[in-house]
Amino acid sequence: MKHNLILRVIVKFLFPVIALFAFYVLFHGDYAPGGGFQAGVILGVAFIFYALIFGLVTTEQVIPPQLLRILASTGILIYISTGIVTMLLGGNFLDYDMLAESPVTGQHIGIMVIELGVGITVSAIMLMIFYAFASRGRS
Amino acid sequence: MILLEITSWLFITTGALLGIAGGIGIHRFPDFYSRLHAVGVTDTLCAALFLVGLALQTGFSLASLKLLLIFIFLFFSSPTATHALADAALMGGLKPLLDEDNGGNDLDRHSD
Repeated sequence: MKHNLILRVIVKFLFPVIALFAFYVLFHGDYAPGGGFQAGVILGVAFIFYALIFGLVTTEQVIPPQLLRILASTGILIYISTGIVTMLLGGNFLDYDMLAESPVTGQHIGIMVIELGVGITVSAIMLMIFYAFASRGRS
Repeated sequence: MILLEITSWLFITTGALLGIAGGIGIHRFPDFYSRLHAVGVTDTLCAALFLVGLALQTGFSLASLKLLLIFIFLFFSSPTATHALADAALMGGLKPLLDEDNGGNDLDRHSD
């Protein structure tokens, strides 16, 4: 029996809970404390937690470093393209009022999309930093 | 509801006393494993009693459901963290402090 059997079982149980909490923080961010950055860090922590128990090689099979680069730039792209869309609709850069009929709905949609972009980028960057530290001396 | 208030504060006070006991244990016990034992045993129940007390304060609402979820999370994560610490220390080669007067036979004495 492996000595870290308990940790393996607990990681399998806690990983979806942590990831779900990250999405709760992300999509509840406009009503409660939270938002894109915190949600991204929590989602990154879920994967780091997995990597601490199951090893870096297994985690890199789940999320390859190339995918992380694409995800990190996708988040930025979502952020910037939201701003450009509001400019195309006739407002200023990141002027959320333009995104829907009423300004309040537009604000909700705008902040949600922005936070989604921030969350994707932050979680990808957190995992990239962890990969960079954890794979030291391997090459 | 005076009874609810009394019960709630009884839970919270007991939880606080357990937390203080764990802190004193960390301060007073001689080596790593006994310190870990002191805080690992008390902190789960300390957090649980706090959460029960707070849930009694809020009553049946969304807040108490969230407190229940926090309790479930702590119930699994806190003993696991203690286990991981002790396991890492044992793997790292840290020897437990044994009773010198007994010739280091502390572990054998408990088995009979």
